[in-house]
Amino acid sequence: MKPGRRVWAGVALVAAALLVLPFALSQAGTAWVRIADLALLYVLLALGLNIVVGFAGLLDLGYIAFYAVGAYAYALLASPQFGLHLPFWAILPIGAALAALFGVLLGAPTLKLRGDYLAIVTLGFGEIVRIFLNNLSQPVNITRGPQGIAGIDPVRIGGIDFSRTDRLMGMTFSGPTKYYYLLLALLLAIVVINVRLQNSRIGRAWEAIREDEIAARAMGIDTTSIKLLAFALGASFGGVAGGMFAAIQGFISPESFVLVESVMVVSMVVLGGMGNIPGVVLGAVLLAFVPELLRWTVEPAQNALFGRVLVEPEVIRMLIFGFALVLVMLFRPAGLLPSAVRKRELTHHE
Amino acid sequence: MDIFVQQLVNGLTLGAVYAIVALGYTMVYGIIQLINFAHGEVVMIGAMVAFTVINALAAAGLPPFLVVLAGTACAIPVCMLVAYAVERLAYRPLRAAPRLAPLITAIGVSIILQHLAMLVWSRNVLAFPQIIPLVTYGFLGATITGVQLAIVGLCFAMMTGLALLVYRTRLGTAMRATAQNPQVARLMGVDVNRVIAATFVIGAALAAVAGVMVGTYYGVAQYTMGSVLGLKAFAAAVLGGIGNIPGAMLGGLLLGVVEALGAGYIGDLTDLCRYGLGPGDSCADGGHFVLFGSNYQDVFAFVVLILVLVFRPSGLLGERVGDRA
Repeated sequence: MKPGRRVWAGVALVAAALLVLPFALSQAGTAWVRIADLALLYVLLALGLNIVVGFAGLLDLGYIAFYAVGAYAYALLASPQFGLHLPFWAILPIGAALAALFGVLLGAPTLKLRGDYLAIVTLGFGEIVRIFLNNLSQPVNITRGPQGIAGIDPVRIGGIDFSRTDRLMGMTFSGPTKYYYLLLALLLAIVVINVRLQNSRIGRAWEAIREDEIAARAMGIDTTSIKLLAFALGASFGGVAGGMFAAIQGFISPESFVLVESVMVVSMVVLGGMGNIPGVVLGAVLLAFVPELLRWTVEPAQNALFGRVLVEPEVIRMLIFGFALVLVMLFRPAGLLPSAVRKRELTHHE
Repeated sequence: MDIFVQQLVNGLTLGAVYAIVALGYTMVYGIIQLINFAHGEVVMIGAMVAFTVINALAAAGLPPFLVVLAGTACAIPVCMLVAYAVERLAYRPLRAAPRLAPLITAIGVSIILQHLAMLVWSRNVLAFPQIIPLVTYGFLGATITGVQLAIVGLCFAMMTGLALLVYRTRLGTAMRATAQNPQVARLMGVDVNRVIAATFVIGAALAAVAGVMVGTYYGVAQYTMGSVLGLKAFAAAVLGGIGNIPGAMLGGLLLGVVEALGAGYIGDLTDLCRYGLGPGDSCADGGHFVLFGSNYQDVFAFVVLILVLVFRPSGLLGERVGDRA
């Protein structure tokens, strides 16, 4: 076969696998379809962060703040909290725009900072957003504080309610299965946007800034606005993912947007291969699924061996994140599926 | 006025601890330009080890001073060992790598240490046993406890000791030389790797003591206590000018005071009723309409950090450094 044809055959195979996946998973239980939904959300998040970290080389440790902004935007505009019930397609752009605004708010004052300082400031920003969400229940109750917001509307498009089970052509589509296809469509759109961005004038400008900012400026790139654009775009993807998260879960609280989550998304990007879209997708899928697999194997295994659970799966999950970050940096600094440029950059010695 | 002095005292106490932890960040950054994310976890490990020992000895009827001393004496070598192992295994192989690589490794190490500590000590809070009698002294209308005095005194003693070490000994000279230029320091016969390891270990010893102090002050220790403390201490180091030892001390004290005063006054300052802006029904009869209460205390460190980095990126005492390619 010609290489081009082989690629298309591969794409078709992956597409077919992705389409039947929820039905295969639902044989093992609806819980697994839900896990697949969450994994897709993480892929969305990781792709958004990849724009900032992978393309533009700006380490953002507070990325989950944008996810939170999107989620709270959705929750406040479609829940009993304020009695607002705007439709899905109206909220998602609002959430994305709001998150982009926050991205610019964070980016504008911090753009001249060097790499690791920027990382710390973004981390602080993420914490500030979380502390505000936790405390904005007084004096006017906006976020309901640590209690969180419940009763968030599910996605409704046309006559389809995504929280209910429907039958179509003799097949049963449960709520999570429908969300799966919605997320898959969203993911496809975002992957296409990402690929197109990477090969665009903007994408090349990001790469130039990442490699050498001073040289990039000398070549006539407006580094400030290009970096701001990276922040805004990355944030808006986070906002979209956050909105979907709120709709799927039906409940959100500040606990979902802690620092560890930011670190987790960074781990996905780093593990997969910063700047390389297939790598990032792989990293996100691995880090989203493996802990769940552990949850289903480690606990019964421990029960069988010791009669009780000695090590919680959550701890194992975190230890895996930690070791993944350290070991990848030590042995495969460019990630599992590195981008060609990154590989060169991370293996050369100063 | 009483409240002001009281908050000042509380702020100085915490600030002194921040300063000690900040020294660990700043020394490491000064020498290898790495934000040692795991430093906060070293503080936590110090507190946990010390608390375990203190709780074991509490029933023995020894004088409280000896018990705390024994706990600290056990915590220091453990923390030094942890820091040495982390430097040797995780950071040293990446010495020549681009900047982001060691930073990400440091985040990983921090996660690993935190969850290993959770495996050892569980999620439960370790409480400090009631062995130290509460002694209070009046000072300008505020009360100072014996523990607070001890913490502040000890912190200043340690800062003096560290300053002597860095500016008066051979090791200190070697550390400063390595910070200025590792290549040239090596040519002058400095064993750079050993100096870097020593820097980590000294910082860890300080962190262990800081962990015992902050644990004693709050009366509790838990496996999560290191992250926020570490972040605040790092903010303090940046505030003073990272890489600068007097700067870390100044930054720590300043941050502690800002935080305490901020938490003490933000409620009053953002009470809309004071300005006649609040809604009538909640302001009637001396009521309040507080926009931001003292539960925003943790925000101050981050806001200070961001403001400093934006307006004076090199910190209060730091010198301007150009971009390094």
